Amino acid sequence: MIEPQARSLVSSAQLNRHQVTYRVILTLVVVIFTLIFIGPLYFLFTDGLKSTSEAVRVPPTIIPAHVHPGTYTSAWSRVGIGRLLVNTLYYAFGALAFQLVFDVAAAYSLSRLRPVLGNLIFALMLATLMIPSTVLLVPQYVTVSDLPILHLNLIGSPEAIWLPSVANAFSIFLLKRFFDSIPTELLAAAAIDGASPLRTLRSVVLPISRPIIGVVSIFSLVAVWKDFLWPLLVEYGYNPNRETLNVGIFEAASTTQQNLVLAASAMAAVPTLIFFLFFQRNILSGLTAGSLKG
Amino acid sequence: MAELATLRQAGTLSPARSRAGDRLAAKVRRNASAHGFLIGAVLCFAFFSWYPICREIVLSFQKTQLGVTSWAGWANYHRIFHDPTFWTAWKNTAEFTVLALIVGYAVPFLVAILLNELRHAKGYLRCLVYLPVMLPPTSALLLFAYFYDPTYGLFNDILRHLHLPVSQWVQSSGTGLPSMAMISVVIAATWMNMGGATLIYLAALQNIPGELYEAAELDGAGLLRKIRHITIPQTRLILSMLLLLQIVATMQMFVEAFILTNGGAGVNNNTLSVVNLIYQYAFALSGASNYNSASALGVVLMLVLATFSGAYLWLTRDREATR
Repeated sequence: MIEPQARSLVSSAQLNRHQVTYRVILTLVVVIFTLIFIGPLYFLFTDGLKSTSEAVRVPPTIIPAHVHPGTYTSAWSRVGIGRLLVNTLYYAFGALAFQLVFDVAAAYSLSRLRPVLGNLIFALMLATLMIPSTVLLVPQYVTVSDLPILHLNLIGSPEAIWLPSVANAFSIFLLKRFFDSIPTELLAAAAIDGASPLRTLRSVVLPISRPIIGVVSIFSLVAVWKDFLWPLLVEYGYNPNRETLNVGIFEAASTTQQNLVLAASAMAAVPTLIFFLFFQRNILSGLTAGSLKG
Repeated sequence: MAELATLRQAGTLSPARSRAGDRLAAKVRRNASAHGFLIGAVLCFAFFSWYPICREIVLSFQKTQLGVTSWAGWANYHRIFHDPTFWTAWKNTAEFTVLALIVGYAVPFLVAILLNELRHAKGYLRCLVYLPVMLPPTSALLLFAYFYDPTYGLFNDILRHLHLPVSQWVQSSGTGLPSMAMISVVIAATWMNMGGATLIYLAALQNIPGELYEAAELDGAGLLRKIRHITIPQTRLILSMLLLLQIVATMQMFVEAFILTNGGAGVNNNTLSVVNLIYQYAFALSGASNYNSASALGVVLMLVLATFSGAYLWLTRDREATR
């Protein structure tokens, strides 16, 4: 008996009539999807266990003939995974902190304090969604290397990654839309008690905004973690010791043996896989929290 | 500033007018604190978004010779339009976009329809398709580069087992349309990125009212007709929104081809994308790096992408209004 669910293309009654067909299709889908999506990961982790000669053997072996866990330890030290990991975590969490402080404050101001010209500022922020940052690669690089008025050169400093990540109109949009939906009475009550805007934000708005702050945080962390071109320019270009995981492994790939490259790639994938397994529910539901779902 | 000046004078005004002054002072104070909350984000937008947009346009009309910057008119645009690699890059980017849409747009929709019908293993399958999206792109792409290797790669081994001719994959030199090199990039890119679109479609499918399907069944509609007359029209808005978003995203393709070809652009520039050409103009071409030509190319790409994102914003605004 197949359990009924919300009505979709094929009705539960129909499925019950064709139980065998359904079972066959289900099994096929599960097997094929596992092969397509987990299969490559299997090779990612096991090919790192092969010896250098076995990794480039023709034909390739499916199961390592001889297991060499030493590949992982030598990849760790040769590519410097530990340092790359620390760098990337530092960039990702720094960017998250800046984004949470500045973007939450800005969204709160735009939503609740409603300053003069607030709508114009919000419109200008949203307009940047139309121009993706890869297009602005060159002028952004030129600007970061010599900030106008301040004449600061941020190239090579973590701020070169942290501060541009604050200019994220999508985060501000999501946060503002959530703050807009908070009942006015709740905030009015705080105001009657004499709470300042900062106090209201901290004690009333933030505690009920946890879900949306979670979504914005995940987007922010994943964006910095996956970025490649910007850190390649502003950090690696300045000093190879400041490169991120993505850039570091890529730069090592051309001068390192195949099995070490794969072991390094596998180790780089572990933190994100663990992160995904832990926050899987939040990530998958946060995905549709954007403008697409009502 | 005018408001601040009034504020300072407010204290010296006659008692009769001081209430109006107080109200004004309160308003100024409220605005000052509201702008105080905004200032961090506004400065970041100004420095890293609004100013670079203007700077890109300015740079594209300038030239720098021996450290002296002067106006160049349309010379940078003239130069890039006469560069054959400019047209190669646009041809490749268009090719990637079309291929990625054929594969990366239709496949997630069909997968979402399939997943929505299954009553078991839903959570597992959903996680599965999203897993590659979470991987660091370098890990996923270096793995694919290994699979694509013409001698010891897994893909050629599979082809040999099937008694099919082996391929050079990303390193293919053929320049036909579509080229094997670009198809290889699309396969890797689709594997990495299809999870996001699939899950968004899945959410849209779950919003379709079930009565519609029941009504169609009463009218004797089969599976294909139900998809054609209910599923597609009901998700049309999300389909067209994702189409525009994906066009914008795929036209910025860089990292996939860059890493698969080990930091290059393939044989015969087969996988050179527009963003890659911007990067090469600005940072990688041996000798003089030329920010001005790169900016001119950036402006051209900006105009093309802004057209698509403008259409997207227009579509979403239309939707907000009807709700």
